[in-house]
Amino acid sequence: MQTFQTDLLCIGAGLAGERVAIEAATAGFDVTCLSLVPARRSHSSAAQGGMQAALGNCAMGEGDSPDVHFEDTVKGSDWGCDQEVARLFCDNAPIAMRQLAAWGVPWNRVVPGKSTYFKGGKLFEKEELQEKEGLITARAFGGTAKWRTCYTSDGTGHTVLYTMDNRAVQLGVVVHDKVEALSLIHDGENCLGAVVRCLKTGELRTYLARVTLIATGGFGRIYRESTNAVINDGGGLIIALDTGLVPLGNMEAVQFHPTGIVPTDILVTEGCRGDGGTLLDKNEHRFMPDYEPDKAELASRDVVSRWMTHHMRQGLGVSSPYGDHLWLDIRHLGCQHLATKLREVDEICKNFLGIDPAVDLIPVRPTQHYSMGGVRTDKDGLAYGLKGLFAAGEAACWDMHGFNRLGGNSLAETVVAGMIIGAKVVTYLQNHHVSFPTGLVRDTTAAQQDRIKRLISGKSGRENVFAVRNAMYDALMHGAGIFRNGKDLEACVQTLQEVHARSEKIGLRSNGRGANPELALALRLPGMVRLALCVAQGALQRTESRGSHAREDHPERNDRDWLVRTLATWQPGASLPSLTFEPASTVWSIPPGERGYGGGKIIPATPTA
Amino acid sequence: MARNLTFSIFRYNPQDPTSTPHTDTFVLDETNHMTLFIALNRIREEQDPGLQFDFCCRAGICGACAMVVNGRPGLACHTKTKDLPDNITLMPLPFFTLVGDLSVDTGTWFRNMAQRVRSWVHTDKEFDPRALEERMDNALAEEIYELERCIECGCCVAACGTAIMRPDFLGAAGLNRLARFVLDPRDKRTEQDYFEIVGNDQGIFGCMGLLACEDVCPKHLPLQDQLGMLRWKMGWAGIMNLLPWKRT
Repeated sequence: MQTFQTDLLCIGAGLAGERVAIEAATAGFDVTCLSLVPARRSHSSAAQGGMQAALGNCAMGEGDSPDVHFEDTVKGSDWGCDQEVARLFCDNAPIAMRQLAAWGVPWNRVVPGKSTYFKGGKLFEKEELQEKEGLITARAFGGTAKWRTCYTSDGTGHTVLYTMDNRAVQLGVVVHDKVEALSLIHDGENCLGAVVRCLKTGELRTYLARVTLIATGGFGRIYRESTNAVINDGGGLIIALDTGLVPLGNMEAVQFHPTGIVPTDILVTEGCRGDGGTLLDKNEHRFMPDYEPDKAELASRDVVSRWMTHHMRQGLGVSSPYGDHLWLDIRHLGCQHLATKLREVDEICKNFLGIDPAVDLIPVRPTQHYSMGGVRTDKDGLAYGLKGLFAAGEAACWDMHGFNRLGGNSLAETVVAGMIIGAKVVTYLQNHHVSFPTGLVRDTTAAQQDRIKRLISGKSGRENVFAVRNAMYDALMHGAGIFRNGKDLEACVQTLQEVHARSEKIGLRSNGRGANPELALALRLPGMVRLALCVAQGALQRTESRGSHAREDHPERNDRDWLVRTLATWQPGASLPSLTFEPASTVWSIPPGERGYGGGKIIPATPTA
Repeated sequence: MARNLTFSIFRYNPQDPTSTPHTDTFVLDETNHMTLFIALNRIREEQDPGLQFDFCCRAGICGACAMVVNGRPGLACHTKTKDLPDNITLMPLPFFTLVGDLSVDTGTWFRNMAQRVRSWVHTDKEFDPRALEERMDNALAEEIYELERCIECGCCVAACGTAIMRPDFLGAAGLNRLARFVLDPRDKRTEQDYFEIVGNDQGIFGCMGLLACEDVCPKHLPLQDQLGMLRWKMGWAGIMNLLPWKRT
């Protein structure tokens, strides 16, 4: 078996992982990144929209500042974020964008002169200043007071990831791709690396590191319908949770997007509705005005997703081999509009559905989109519970998103957090040394070897890995989806506990040799069910509605009892996570108040006189 | 109306001493909007859980799922079964090292390519966090983005006649990458510097001009234009190299 030793081990080579890696490599440390796929295939590459940073270069961004960005971010989080972290993020975002420009990102730039734009289907005019020509420009995004989202056409994630990986290649950062981390190596106090399975050969390897970083992105794939890449199965969160020491934060905060296409759950942009698209049911009846007479399809993402789900529960969804869905109608916008303003949607419909949105309805349903929860860290990115373990990006609960993430803040978080946390990792590496006990490494590896042997031999049981995974999907979608209530969540938790027991009794039907995909899923699935239980149990306990977490039986945001972050740990052998709570923020630059959208009653933290 | 589709899929697991290269046949009922992503996942879940293939974003953005579909390299995620006949033959991309069945190792080759073309902005400038960003014309930024849209799926090299005969050929993907930096004013490399990298048969002079790279590129990148532009520039740089008084 191969053993590798390095100063920093980044589990995950997307934007957050590579940004931290670059900081450590620049300071002269050895860095190895592990990745399920070649680094440039990471899900970071799929982000199209852009990155928020208060540069204030474009006309509609005039007067913007980190203060305004901070206010948007805190409101967006529904006061669930750590305000010290949100402040760090907003202050550093402009530096990070400029640095990316220096490294080679072809950001779109300010073009001086008059131009037009649409808002709420109406045409407006703006004029860009001559003195700003050639500086990084920005576009509008939901929930922001200014145009602040820096972009490169509709390929922001792609260009930033390629630039980042170029920088990593330049600095000699080692990337081992097609590998999967199965377990952290730790002595109960220090994290010392990971046991890893090679997805080319099936062999196990050990990586010993003074610092380990988890940057594996979101865990959307515990849901059946997700806009996430198929690799977003929460691998990094699972190995952190399995230590029994490291808590995951706010796992119940899961964001759903209203318009994932059926069957493959690729996202079509909110711009469809922004430009006048409507949602229809199986009778081709436009139903949103029935529920939201005022805003209709333009209510906030979570509100629209909730009503869509409600409507399908009334039996008004369209049946398909892939489950129920609704229709998105943009036919009336016309070919010209679709080919220019919604070019990407036009292409998605033609490439992936084989339909023409100018004449056909688009099958859509609300789809899991973003995980606000993750490995809980302090503001330096250091995970709770183990020394030498850091986390960054969507895999982390750093926590600037609280209970709802603003568009354009997630992609920006990867590089801004990477920059800040990378500097902290460097300081840590300069001051901390560890020794690697060989017995511990051997035992950790042997435990994983044993799991693999048992799965291949069928000694653990004969459960079918796909049947167990489907049972997890069903339980989560029903109980911990867009709408939540005590009764369904209780049933969900109970079912997931049964599914968890079944997931420990999987037997392979194939031979498990080499890069066998059935074995890979079988190794991962029990951990995925544990993540699902963290989501469901957290959602059951949290008897309020905040951000994307919507309880039908507790529709109010309850600052009196729930201005807290959920921390979930998993004791070895347990069938449920242990939950504790900590204050949502240590500082309150902006005291809890109205978000200005979404409505809903608020129970204040302190009774008003 | 609903068809039964017959999939003939290449099978071989190099890690399994009992495995030999062969073709397996699977039959599936076609459903609305079916893509090869859906079909292959169904085959794996319902018929053969050991079947190896790669998907990642499944939205045509990451390039993971390139394979040879009825003889033509392309992305499986946006290949719709309704555009294919009843019999569908799936083979792994040639040129790259086979991992198993339809899965190949593109990562090693592309990272090596990035090192060979020294795929980063070469500059002496230190980044100053207090300074404004350097200005750039928006039209130029968009031009750079057009070339940066490559998703490293490997279709172009898999379809390339030169690459089949010459494994060290940089391929259209590598030459396109270099062209992206030639275009970028932030990169201070000279034409002589670029000539050192691609002014040979492994680079710009290896291309036989068969145009397959551009034909199969799922992002419709203007690969041949880049190749032509580089060959012209490098040819000129090559001539300059021969003139003793121009060599410094």
